[in-house]
Amino acid sequence: MVKLEKVTFSYSGGKPIFDQFDWEIGDGQSWAVLGPSGCGKTTLLYLLAGLILPQSGNIIIDGQVLTRPRPQTGLVLQDYGLLPWATVAQNVKLGLQVRGFYGPDGKHAPAVATPTQAPDFWLHRLGITEVADKYPGQLSGGQRQRTAIARTLVLQPDLLLMDEPFSSLDPVTRKDLQELTLQLWREARFTFVLVTHAIEEAIMMGQSIMILGSQPARQMSFLVNPLFGELVDRDSLAYRQLFDELQSRLGAV
Amino acid sequence: MLLNQPVLPSPSIVVAALYVELGRGELPLHFLASLWRVMASMMVSVLLAAPAGLVLGQSPRLNRIFSPFIYWLYPIPKVVLVPVVLLFLGIGDLAKIVIIFLILFFQILVLVRDQAASLRPELIQSVRSLGAGRRALFRFVYLPASLPAILTALRQSVGTAVAVLYIAELFATQYGLGYYIFLNGSTLLNYPAMYGGIILMSLLGMMLYFGVDGLERWLCPWLRAGQVEGSQH
Repeated sequence: MVKLEKVTFSYSGGKPIFDQFDWEIGDGQSWAVLGPSGCGKTTLLYLLAGLILPQSGNIIIDGQVLTRPRPQTGLVLQDYGLLPWATVAQNVKLGLQVRGFYGPDGKHAPAVATPTQAPDFWLHRLGITEVADKYPGQLSGGQRQRTAIARTLVLQPDLLLMDEPFSSLDPVTRKDLQELTLQLWREARFTFVLVTHAIEEAIMMGQSIMILGSQPARQMSFLVNPLFGELVDRDSLAYRQLFDELQSRLGAV
Repeated sequence: MLLNQPVLPSPSIVVAALYVELGRGELPLHFLASLWRVMASMMVSVLLAAPAGLVLGQSPRLNRIFSPFIYWLYPIPKVVLVPVVLLFLGIGDLAKIVIIFLILFFQILVLVRDQAASLRPELIQSVRSLGAGRRALFRFVYLPASLPAILTALRQSVGTAVAVLYIAELFATQYGLGYYIFLNGSTLLNYPAMYGGIILMSLLGMMLYFGVDGLERWLCPWLRAGQVEGSQH
């Protein structure tokens, strides 16, 4: 589904954040990218989204070299992604409006217009029907992220990218949304990449976990998560071992 | 008789004079002439300054090129150009509208530019990820984002616009509150009528303030919604 080939990227004038970086993500997989803040996680996600382009190397998604944001890729950021002047319902419809604005041109919208579920379906599925007429400034953090997720899923993405989507939420809301996101992933089977600095979240959300650390990131350190999809007992030996392993790798890379 | 006219008449005398003057039919025309000039210049200013501000605000490169010129022209007190504008544009309404426009244009331009430039990158990137290119970003992000800035700029401009209106109407016109106030205050020495004109001028300003507030309620409902329950963040 996604393939990074010798990707090199640096912000203008800076030292490279990624240097000859290779990565492959299989169709329908779920990946957690784990790393401390400032390690280039967001940059990696922006690269996958086509919002920034590598100086050299290729990012290939679904057989196509990425040269601009892809209409089938969804992106959810930590915060501030919603239009403050639009209601929840209007925000959820935004992607469809943008597609309607260009028509099915294959660049801004898929060349073949696919039938999509009505925005109302996603408002309901994400549990935000009651706040449909409120503005983002009137919502709790959890409701804002539900709106952001609904806005993305309306467009039926085959690749969903999330950048620390639950970091600013309280623990209860965070757990709810983590579970909901996994459930949606199981239903829709999109390829899923979540970026996080929290080891617990990486264990919960990623079939595979990539650890990003020192710059430039060249070789990736990753492991297949043995505890993914299980009801994890955080006091169990297996959990402690995995947690310690990730923590030591975070320190090492 | 004329010398007995008090320079500071009591409010009741002013209101009575205002009533008489309004009844004579000339004063409403002065009021409408002023209202038209100030509204036309506000409209033209928004139509030209807002798009220019949007373009500069979302292009750091263009902004680097143009902002020295803006900062160079902005501080010039535009009323000094009144004789020049009159010379080139003649004695009609156009000259007066242009003088007010010259002042409002820069105020709106700078506010809209700064608003567009201060949009969060997360917002821009999110909307780009939904497929929006430059045109859709303008339509769905920059334009609505600049509405509050345009209205704020208009609100700040009302006082200036009315003040400049007075100066612009001193020259080469028979209509307008500025002309009326000057005529009664300096030529006819009819002070009650002059104060009546001043009252109408402040009413004109008040109408404009309420108009801008109304536009804001209508066009920017999220601002009020945020005030009511703005505590959650």
